[in-house]
Amino acid sequence: MKLKHALPLAGIAAFSTLAAQAETLTVATVNNNDMVIMQRLSSAFEEAHPDIDLEWVVLEENVLRQRLTTDIATNGGQFDVMTIGTYEAPIWAERGWLEPLQDLPEAYKPDDLIKPVLDGLSYDGKPYALPFYAESSMMYYRKDLFEKAGIEMTDQPTWTEVRDWASKINDPDNDVAGICLRGKPGWGENMAFVTTLVNTYGGRWFDMDWNPEIDSKAWNEAITFYVDLLNDYGPAGASSNGFNENLALFSRGNCGMWVDATSAAGKLYNPDESDVASKLGFAPAPVAQTPKGSHWLWSWALAIPSSSDAKDAAREFVTWATSQEYISMVGEKEGWTSVPPGTRQSTYKNDHYQEAAPFADFVLDAIEEADPTDATLKPVPYTGVQIVSIPEFQSVGTQVGQMIAAALTGEMSVEQALSNAQRATRRTMERAGYIK
Amino acid sequence: MTNPTVKRFAIGLLAWVIAFVIFFPIFWMVLTGFKTETEAVADPSLIFSPTLDSYAEVQQRADYFKFAWNSVVVAFGSTLLALIIAIPSAYSMSFLPTKRTKGTLLWMLSTKMLPPVGVLVPIYLLFRDTGLLDTKLGLTIVYTLMNLPIVVWMLYTFFKDLPKDILEAGRMDGASTFQEVWHLLLPLTVPGIASTGLLSVILSWNEAFWSLNLTSSQAAPLTAYIASFSSPEGLFWAKLSAASTMAIAPILVFGWLTQKQMVRGLTFGAVK
Amino acid sequence: MNKPRAAGRTVGGLRPLALQGPAVTLLFLWMIVPLAMTVWFSFQRYNLLMPGMTGFAGLENYEYLFTDPALWTAMLNTLLLVGWVLVITVVGGTLLAVLFQQEFFGRGIARVLVISPFFVMPTVSALVWKNLMMHPANGVLAWLAGVFGAEPVDWFSSLPMTSIVIIVAWQWLPFALLILLTAMQSLDDDQVEAARMDGAGPVAIFFFITLPHLKRAISVVIMIEMIFLLTVFAEIFVTTSGGPGLATTNLAYLIYIRALLDFDVGMASAGGVVAIILANIVAIFLVRMVAKNLDE
Repeated sequence: MKLKHALPLAGIAAFSTLAAQAETLTVATVNNNDMVIMQRLSSAFEEAHPDIDLEWVVLEENVLRQRLTTDIATNGGQFDVMTIGTYEAPIWAERGWLEPLQDLPEAYKPDDLIKPVLDGLSYDGKPYALPFYAESSMMYYRKDLFEKAGIEMTDQPTWTEVRDWASKINDPDNDVAGICLRGKPGWGENMAFVTTLVNTYGGRWFDMDWNPEIDSKAWNEAITFYVDLLNDYGPAGASSNGFNENLALFSRGNCGMWVDATSAAGKLYNPDESDVASKLGFAPAPVAQTPKGSHWLWSWALAIPSSSDAKDAAREFVTWATSQEYISMVGEKEGWTSVPPGTRQSTYKNDHYQEAAPFADFVLDAIEEADPTDATLKPVPYTGVQIVSIPEFQSVGTQVGQMIAAALTGEMSVEQALSNAQRATRRTMERAGYIK
Repeated sequence: MTNPTVKRFAIGLLAWVIAFVIFFPIFWMVLTGFKTETEAVADPSLIFSPTLDSYAEVQQRADYFKFAWNSVVVAFGSTLLALIIAIPSAYSMSFLPTKRTKGTLLWMLSTKMLPPVGVLVPIYLLFRDTGLLDTKLGLTIVYTLMNLPIVVWMLYTFFKDLPKDILEAGRMDGASTFQEVWHLLLPLTVPGIASTGLLSVILSWNEAFWSLNLTSSQAAPLTAYIASFSSPEGLFWAKLSAASTMAIAPILVFGWLTQKQMVRGLTFGAVK
Repeated sequence: MNKPRAAGRTVGGLRPLALQGPAVTLLFLWMIVPLAMTVWFSFQRYNLLMPGMTGFAGLENYEYLFTDPALWTAMLNTLLLVGWVLVITVVGGTLLAVLFQQEFFGRGIARVLVISPFFVMPTVSALVWKNLMMHPANGVLAWLAGVFGAEPVDWFSSLPMTSIVIIVAWQWLPFALLILLTAMQSLDDDQVEAARMDGAGPVAIFFFITLPHLKRAISVVIMIEMIFLLTVFAEIFVTTSGGPGLATTNLAYLIYIRALLDFDVGMASAGGVVAIILANIVAIFLVRMVAKNLDE
């Protein structure tokens, strides 16, 4: 009897002292698969750190971004760990909104992090966010369809070849589009792809004096090509397809080719999630005039806002979620194709991963080759492959993205769309004081 | 010539077809929640073996009950608060109107036409400084103020139609205004107050802008819950449908159960 | 000056002011504090992403706003959206009210089904329409088109505004129906019967008896719907993000772009001030017209 009473009491006592000390970490993250896995596995972190409680705020990408920016810019202090991208990290760091993440412990093996990825998250030589997963872009294609049409994939496909192939494998009667590409407007959606296309056609966003060049010949060629390609051989409703929609289409066998993020490889190669796992081929992102900037560099990373009141605990969590140990844990529990890619050299030296992911070296090369500081044929005043690392780019990119989508649906001609985009961009740049 | 039975049958058939078409998206969403992800994107079919997998996965990712509880507290709390503030004011506007009453009413309603995003930054700064960010209290206050104009206006139209002589009789007896309100007015206007309250609950439950922007983890209601399932990677229609079904189920059932009250209240006042 | 009724006001010691006080004061604060801040910010150079860039901007924000071609498109889209949804819901709601007023089998259940969309949160209804209904490859409508051998419609690309109108009208039609159905119940049966005896057909009865009877209820529907339709946001955010181009950008969405993509508080505030002015113009013209109806 006595014992029976004593035990729960002891339990309550232990719990209450714990609760009194426990620090609550509010982690804001995006609802992508890799982060959903992180949320699921975080119980291991809580077990190892009984004094830290995790509170999750999981939101869709656009909502998350606006929510985090409002909070950090007004010093709201609602979050302790923020999931941000290569675009935000240097801009926010410059404004003093993020904690620098220097002097990482030896056990964390900071040297193992892939350099261009970490550089992209640094400002003034100091890292301000640690990469959770990183990606470049590449081409996926259906080996079976290529074989049937008698097409030989080349080491470095060109866009002209791609159009030719698309015409051969396009088969709308069987719900197979020749090629799927992003069409959903947004700086992180269609413009990520479109910018790499413009880069390889020799175009750029701005000249050295920040004058926009959207009405230039290179843009016109690239966009005309893109619009014609998708209208002739793209899936129905291409203008509302973003990364997720295309991933679903390709994995269900509705696309012959797809040029998009390397992070899709693990999902497409996983037979549980994809109907085309056994017929999947890879190639570098196609090029046109120049190979420069033909594939992008992006990472989702974890950062600690200066307004956090639990910075030490937040640092514990960030270094846990981006560690080698975490990657091994995902490999063991979720399967090695589900491992967050692109952040650590050790991932690519791991035999399990190499065995499970035949695309591994391919992805590593693409990431290491992408150079945000030299991504255009002509010189530019900005860094970034598929982004322009200035705060105004969110709105510029999204407005231009809308115009490109309008050209894609035929609501406007390509010329009209580009001249509207040029005008809107010039207005924004003038207002922000880049152009006097 | 026209056979009344045939006519009635035709009317019934037409009404049922229309009812089915209008209800179909909701029906389809509920159905999709019980499918697997692959079935959800396949050609529409009514034949499949229902599974609770999507519900289980959705629940594993985010605790539905926490969000639902926040929704309940905020929706009912703000409605109660709005009614308490609005009843005296609507009362005085309808029984003791002045020249400015009309103007005040219209002005109140016009405050509702301002897109909330225009004042987000000022409100966010205000909430940060008063510590109301991510609190149920903060959200309740916003919803109260958000619905106050509609609540005042609806109550005003209900009260205006009440027979004035009852109150005159009360005055003769020397009843104070407070007693007037309490003993005479309230019983007469319960249906009107109830239907106004129901409308306010529904509007608060479904509000998605302030709830997303002013909460993070502690006070997030169901609209924030939906935002974490709206477009993730891979196939998500079944999960989205399951989450959506859970998010609207309480208010839908609530609406069905109280539909009679709502109608009775409305008949009484605004739309007689 | 003092009429007997006015004297009655002080009975019980409470004046209208004291009774209206709480609501009016709170609303006044809710209105005036953000409004004052909005007006103040609209004359400032204030961008959240540019902490260094501050100061008095004069009319710069307004100048910028009014020279933005997007503003006029957005205003037109706002009016189009409000107008079409009002027309559909009022006309459709009236016709449905007449239909659902008739006796038929299972009327109670059918009514419950029809009004259900009003209880669904806008985000959810937009998501359901976007993914399950209007999706060009896997949506129910595309499948239906396939069954009839037609080409599936790519809703949000080729008919963006129509799609938004459909979604919004789907949510508000049940509301109109609910109010109008309620109003129908107080229609005097004797009057209808008398008209029928005089040889009036159903169409004549509808136009000369039912419709005038519903006038006040229709005013209520227009008034409440207008308040919500002027600020439609979630449906656009979830489905088209205001595009393609500017095809579905309304004023609320344009202000959102300025406020939460540019984080240009100065410009967004100027947009907010313009929206308030627009709302008041609408209030003066339309609401007053409607309000007159309510007095009868």
